[in-house]
Amino acid sequence: MYKKYIVILLALIIISPLGLIAEGTAWGEWGSDDLKEMLGFVPVGIEKAENLSKAIFPDYTIPFLGETLEYFAYILSAIIGAFLVYSITFLIAKLSAKKPYEN
Amino acid sequence: MHIPEGYLSPSTCLVTTAIMLPIWYKAIKKIKTDLPASNIPFLSMGAVFSFIIMMFNLPVPDGTTAHATGAVLAALALGPWAAVICISVALFIQAVVFGDGGILAFGANAFNIAFLMPFIGYYTYNFIAKNAPIGSFKQMSAAFLAGFVGLNIAALSTAIMFGIQPLLFTTADNIPLYCPYGLSIAVPAMMFAHTLVAGPIEGILTAFSLKYILNSSPKLSFIISSKEKTSNV
Repeated sequence: MYKKYIVILLALIIISPLGLIAEGTAWGEWGSDDLKEMLGFVPVGIEKAENLSKAIFPDYTIPFLGETLEYFAYILSAIIGAFLVYSITFLIAKLSAKKPYEN
Repeated sequence: MHIPEGYLSPSTCLVTTAIMLPIWYKAIKKIKTDLPASNIPFLSMGAVFSFIIMMFNLPVPDGTTAHATGAVLAALALGPWAAVICISVALFIQAVVFGDGGILAFGANAFNIAFLMPFIGYYTYNFIAKNAPIGSFKQMSAAFLAGFVGLNIAALSTAIMFGIQPLLFTTADNIPLYCPYGLSIAVPAMMFAHTLVAGPIEGILTAFSLKYILNSSPKLSFIISSKEKTSNV
């Protein structure tokens, strides 16, 4: 019953690099370099935050793969993300959903 | 629409997280009472769908990008409370693993995308669709508008969170500490991207995906099963 949904999700993962075609950044999601260029300065809070935490796969890139494999890294990020999202949602639901014998 | 780290003051992050805590609590309780264990894989796939859809950046004519979220589809297919969980998990992984959206801003992003959006979409759908037959023009339009309105209300709320920062939080010399753009810039910019590009795409995505789900696995769908039970949200 779930098979066709899994196929759809896998297909979406494979075509996910289409999301890389659009150039530019979403409004309000600029890095400090962009802000410096736009404003001439970087707001203190944003500058501090940039040093606060570094994501493992920043912006869906896989650092050790380098930029030449950008599309491949995007697909790999989608796979890793999908696996984590599925597992955590499953776990939360499993722990909170009603047990069959409680029906 | 993912507010990055540092664009909101710590106090804004704190307030929005405090608002989300009882919402997450209620959502977990709702799953406990309403979600049959057999639907757990479907719920988890809904979360994955939303995660992947948000990777499809769409070009906006002003040189920025925007994306759909799948949050209204999740609300219609799984129920709005289940959608809160699905979308929150997707946002959490985006923030923690991919740096898409701030970790401190997770509560704010969850409020906009995982709470406002599914609920606004859900109520918009029910307000328009009433008992329209599945696949009818009215039902499809209701799903389209639910996606469009849900996403745009979320975008508006995001823009307001951005826009109040320079009003409230500046240095002694009036230099903004966090998001530098006020409401008069943030609101039109966010609404331009989401009414023109991401909103219509979200609407189409919601209408056609819902139609597909209703046709292929009617038993799974929340909007059908909730009618049978006559109990709503």
